[in-house]
Amino acid sequence: MSVLAIVPCFNEQDSVAAVVADLHRHLPEADVLVVDDASTDRTRDIARLAGADVVSLCVNLGVGGAMRVGYRYADEHGYDQVLQVDGDGQHDSSQARLLLDALDGADLVIGARFAGTGEYDVRGPRRWSMQLLAAVLSRRTRVRLTDTTSGFRATGPRATQLFARHYAAEYLGDTVEAIVLAHKAGLTISQVPVTMRARTTGRPSAHPVQAVLYLGRVALALVLSSVRKFP
Amino acid sequence: MTGVFLVGLIGAAASLLLIGELLRRRQLREKYAVLWLVVAPVIAVLALVPSLLDAAADVVGVADPVNLLLFLGVLVLLGVCLHLSWECSRLEEETRSLVEEVALLRHRVDRLERP
Repeated sequence: MSVLAIVPCFNEQDSVAAVVADLHRHLPEADVLVVDDASTDRTRDIARLAGADVVSLCVNLGVGGAMRVGYRYADEHGYDQVLQVDGDGQHDSSQARLLLDALDGADLVIGARFAGTGEYDVRGPRRWSMQLLAAVLSRRTRVRLTDTTSGFRATGPRATQLFARHYAAEYLGDTVEAIVLAHKAGLTISQVPVTMRARTTGRPSAHPVQAVLYLGRVALALVLSSVRKFP
Repeated sequence: MTGVFLVGLIGAAASLLLIGELLRRRQLREKYAVLWLVVAPVIAVLALVPSLLDAAADVVGVADPVNLLLFLGVLVLLGVCLHLSWECSRLEEETRSLVEEVALLRHRVDRLERP
């Protein structure tokens, strides 16, 4: 069983080495691919030094673009399982095995932060956005999803092939549209509860105005994903 | 012929010349020029025969012919804007695919060149 761990990174020079090291420790059989999304810092060199394979984008495309490169790479090299881990260190790779194991019964497994274990606390408009997303997407996919924006996920061969071809680069496209896309393509989606660590570097965007804007974008993404034609 | 319509005529002729020149120098793709090449003669005709505009306003029931002209102008501009947004989205998608392709190819080259 070949496993590829994809780490999309944008200016994560302070955390990427630890993320790569953790992945090597907890998933020794996995190849680690860092997709450097046109970082302006030393992410690329540090990731390479840490022992990861690095693909560098020359233009910043966002997580969606970085992930499609990763999925294309995985598809071209015939990996059986793909794991997506954020480069900021908030995902605990010791729990990666839980996600990969869950691929036995599903094509797309999402590591969910609100599903019981761990403490992960957000409030206000941002929380409403997440609840709205969870409610709408659970209903549409008929799977109980509590944390649809989680970037800690695993895909089996069918989902990897699908995402290598169609993966939205738009805002929230990497999370929301990917779920809808997988569902419309007839893939099985499931969720596994995980604990998140506090970010080792950087800060989450917590400004109230940003949070309200986020809610608006979530609503738009949901409407678009329901009316859009999917291949 | 009133001064206003003279201005219209000169404007139409000037934009036709400008577009013609841009096309000749291959600075403008044909698909973007077509619309302007259609609009300019229409304006020229309206400038030469102002009564056409009056008649058209009468037919559609617009009291002031100038309002009809402005309305149509806004409509054309809206169409142009939409067309450009659409082209822009397509270009972005193409750029994205190219960036991905280049990244994967560069990775491959790096790997091949490694001793």
